[in-house]
Amino acid sequence: MSYLIIDGVSKSFGTFQALNEVSLNVARGQIHAILGENGAGKTTLMNILYGLYRPDKGQIFLDGEHLFLDSPADAIKHGIGMIHQNFMLVNSLTVAENIILGLGQGLKRIDFAAQHERIQTMSSEFGLEVDPGAPVWTLPMGIRQRVEILKALYRNASVLILDEPTSVLAPGEIDAFLEGLKKLQNAGRTILFITHKLEEVMKVANRVTVMRQGCVSDELEANKTSPRELARKMVGREVAIRIHHRSREPGARRLQLQDLVVLNDRGIKAVDGLTLDVCAGEIHGICGVDGNGQRELGETVAGLRPLISGAISIDGMEVGNQSVKERQRLGLGFVPEDRQGTALVLDYSIATNMALRAFDRSPASRHGILNLGQIAQDALRLMQRYDVRARSPQQPVRFLSGGNQQKVVLAREIDARPNILIVMQACKGLDVGAIEFVQNTLVDLKMAGVAILYVSTELEHVLEVADRVSVLYRGRIAATLPIAQADNEHLSELMSGISTEVAA
Amino acid sequence: MKARLIQVAYAGRSIWAVLTALLCASVLFVIAGADPIQAYVTLFGEAFFDYFGFGATVVKFSPILLAGLAVALPLKAGLFNVGGEGQIYMGALFCTIAALFLPFLHPAIHLPLCIAAGALGGAFWAFIAGWLKAYRGINEVIVTLLLNYVGINLVSYAAGGPLMEEGAPYPYSPEVPTALHLPYILPPTDAHAGAPAGLVLALCLALLMRYTTFGFAMTIVGNNAQAARYAGISVEHQILYAMSLGGALAGLAGAFEILGLKYRLFHMFSAGYGFDGIVVAFIASANLAFLPIAALFLAGLRAGAQLMQRAVGVDSTIVDAIQGLVVMFVAASLALRFSDSRWGRAAAQRRADEALAGSKELKHG
Amino acid sequence: MVEWLDASLITDMLRSSLRLMIPIGYAAMGGVLCERSGVYNMGLEGMLLAGAFGGALGTFLTGSPMGGLLVGILLGMSGAIALGVLAVLFSVNQIVCGIAINLVVIGLTAFFARLIFGLDATTQTLPGFSAMAIPLLSQIPIVGPVLFNQDPLVYLMYAVCPFLYWLLYRSEFGLQIRATGENPAAADTAGVPVFRIRFMCVLLSGALAGIGGAYIVLSQVFVFTEHMSAGKGFIALAAIILGRWDPIGSVMASWFFGFCEALQLRLQFANPEVPYQFFTALPYVASILALIGVYGRFKPPAAVGIPYRRESKA
Repeated sequence: MSYLIIDGVSKSFGTFQALNEVSLNVARGQIHAILGENGAGKTTLMNILYGLYRPDKGQIFLDGEHLFLDSPADAIKHGIGMIHQNFMLVNSLTVAENIILGLGQGLKRIDFAAQHERIQTMSSEFGLEVDPGAPVWTLPMGIRQRVEILKALYRNASVLILDEPTSVLAPGEIDAFLEGLKKLQNAGRTILFITHKLEEVMKVANRVTVMRQGCVSDELEANKTSPRELARKMVGREVAIRIHHRSREPGARRLQLQDLVVLNDRGIKAVDGLTLDVCAGEIHGICGVDGNGQRELGETVAGLRPLISGAISIDGMEVGNQSVKERQRLGLGFVPEDRQGTALVLDYSIATNMALRAFDRSPASRHGILNLGQIAQDALRLMQRYDVRARSPQQPVRFLSGGNQQKVVLAREIDARPNILIVMQACKGLDVGAIEFVQNTLVDLKMAGVAILYVSTELEHVLEVADRVSVLYRGRIAATLPIAQADNEHLSELMSGISTEVAA
Repeated sequence: MKARLIQVAYAGRSIWAVLTALLCASVLFVIAGADPIQAYVTLFGEAFFDYFGFGATVVKFSPILLAGLAVALPLKAGLFNVGGEGQIYMGALFCTIAALFLPFLHPAIHLPLCIAAGALGGAFWAFIAGWLKAYRGINEVIVTLLLNYVGINLVSYAAGGPLMEEGAPYPYSPEVPTALHLPYILPPTDAHAGAPAGLVLALCLALLMRYTTFGFAMTIVGNNAQAARYAGISVEHQILYAMSLGGALAGLAGAFEILGLKYRLFHMFSAGYGFDGIVVAFIASANLAFLPIAALFLAGLRAGAQLMQRAVGVDSTIVDAIQGLVVMFVAASLALRFSDSRWGRAAAQRRADEALAGSKELKHG
Repeated sequence: MVEWLDASLITDMLRSSLRLMIPIGYAAMGGVLCERSGVYNMGLEGMLLAGAFGGALGTFLTGSPMGGLLVGILLGMSGAIALGVLAVLFSVNQIVCGIAINLVVIGLTAFFARLIFGLDATTQTLPGFSAMAIPLLSQIPIVGPVLFNQDPLVYLMYAVCPFLYWLLYRSEFGLQIRATGENPAAADTAGVPVFRIRFMCVLLSGALAGIGGAYIVLSQVFVFTEHMSAGKGFIALAAIILGRWDPIGSVMASWFFGFCEALQLRLQFANPEVPYQFFTALPYVASILALIGVYGRFKPPAAVGIPYRRESKA
């Protein structure tokens, strides 16, 4: 007897089809996991369930009632509560104040004593211990998450949606959290949680829905499947790209990372004792599920994030303390993950963006004066070479497609003739043609002797170009394999932490 | 084509705003029993088409322009300098000290030194706020606002105490040596060289921001600090440069007021030029090329007010109301940003589709 | 120095500092609400002035200071409506809006004052509020005459201040205000009507500033003169900071400003070694030091000055 039914839901944003006829059945009191890679549509689906988006097609039924959700307030009214990945808490207020926010009436006095008591009762009932009087900013992430959950429960949520709940927790807090989920289930709540972490699914879920590219790939009972099977269903894709894979003898070691430790924005260790190296004329691919330290790794090597301990060496020279500019001068290039936020200034023209990193050097400028003509000329040359489709170099980069934007970034970095190039999520959000172009360009670059560190969450892309493949898991390299020995299944398992053996 | 026209119309929205404000203000003239057209003709005619009136306009143009630059420049780096008033005072103070206490210097050295001192005074005052923002993350709006009053009081103390002229009835300093007085440019009006100097400065700064690596770095910081870091720029240093430069410009305004107009440091000499600077910077949408025009307009409004009062019989305070209305309408017009509007979004969508279509060709080709 | 210990002198000083701070205090309380909800109110100066003008106008028309008070509040709120519409609804830069309002009010009040009151406006005095001593309490030495021999608007502040404190920290409305100023996105998700809260706070600040302005006319000078707010609205902004964005704190800070002003007035005639500017600048320096964290960390509401734009809901 299905409690929550999502029936044939479709949603598109412009020309991008995020969800395609997705259907889901959840029984009352079930813990149901929604599994999938980035971009599979999981968050979009949950946002629709929470009233943040309206579906183009399809309907939602809760306990037999057809729901028309216009806003989160509607969803809350029907007992659907959502705990976002980025908590919606007001840090300067106390736990109790956050929980009761929005529920009271205007000028009526808030009986804090009564509220505290009610929250205490609730927190013991659900096994979510909190101190109602504590200001949120003093609390660790795990406790803040409890506050978020209590917020939903306080509003009598019968269905709880959790979006990547463990992504913000320290490793030590995760088990406590999973136990907490079971307690909520025992208290009669229905739980939907979005994740890409297979071990969590196996630990607590009753049923799993696997999503891929906006569709439901499969829906199974958790204890009737295996991590291997799930991994395959998550990652499988038709290969439609022609990559000219070429190989050459790798040259000298150019980049060395030793026991690197880096913190993420929340102060948790994202990179935890990482060691790897990249040689000239090779593409060292780093595969891994998103959230295992990729972003922090790239940023710290580029100089945008401080490292806590460990060493980064370029051509044998330690650069851990050096600025971004210094590392550039030593031949380090960086293609960031956040194309629109970091790699480009959207309001500026293509030409200006092309000159972004080299603007204070010749030929872009001399003695501090910009040579706009030269910049435009160089941009034109690069646009032709890298086939950037736009009307002119003066066009703001904002109006380019994702593929063309990425070409601008690549063109810029490659034109600087780096010895080492760090590429993060090279093909994110690109269409097939652009992916082909990018991949081939990187292979050409490798053949010319550049050392490339290729970090991506798309296993397929890594395998297309890498000479060596390493798996990044929980901030460490789980294994490194030459491309000939890298097989899809084994890597997926390593990426999900299922297997820890290193194939010889 | 139509989209282009609309885009141009949006760009000129400040002008629409000004015209609308003048239209609304004409209602006030009618209430006062005056003919608005005659009032405006007198106001602007006197301010711009009469030799003496224009002279008065130019006198006010100098500080207003520089104060406007003092706001517009830090704005390029994303910083809001509300402390122009205090920086003007500090610039005037430093300038006066340099003028009065170094009489043994040859004017050819002394004059530039006094001007430099003025710039230094303002720069120093703004630097405090800049440092607190860059290294402590303290909101520069609040700090510059508070520093205004500290600066005003400091000068008030100086003019009434250590720097006060012997036996003066009001707090003011001795007169600065005649050799340091800025040359008149429109005799016999009071218009002095501070105005063309400010104009030249505005031009130089516009060129600086557009064509040098210095300006390039600063504008990236204002646009996207994360990308700036990625580009190897030190965001903290840019904040310091931007604030100091802005303060220096306001300091120059103060220095020129001393050397070109008043010749003494008076207690409370600035008639709110610091805030006029904010107004002007916004009317010009922080575009350094339009700033002189906006500053001229405001200066003309203020200068023409007195003359209009005599001619039409409406009190000159109406000019304050006009100025306020202009700012309000300009502020409202800023709310209508092209990119957010229906037209802007449509244009953006079309371009994105074009680009996507272009890259799809590659796949099938 | 012995003269300073004279009880009547101390009483006199305290009493006048209290009277001087009232307009600032009202404006500051309004500003606290406003900034706590996330909106800078640089237009407090204009709203004060509008209140003063309204006070004069209303009393002139109705003959009663109560009428003046009401008109003062109304005019203060009109200025606030402009700020609310432009800054909250249309997300225009709050500082520019505030400055615009100041300019409009300065101009319009001067213009209409000449028109309505005529050129001899400054010689006619208007009926106003006079001091009402509270029996018994006003007999307490020193404290009595200072606190309990004042006019109704001062007594009103004694009620308004704790009420606002209660409102901000003990009521749902206040909770929503605080949430909106710190994290409007979180508040929005929790169902708090962010725009409505901000608009209401701006309106309230206009009303309070209106009272403060009316006080200047109806309790202090009994006439309207051009630009009589004389920067009190800006002092209020500093008082908000020094008072840690708290109603009671800002009133205390306003009293500190008032005290310094009273001291300065006396010193101007006493010709001492310490220049009076030391005292007028002191509260501002104190505010800056407070911000830097010399006397403990004062942090402005996290989202103040940033217009709230909801993420597009496709």
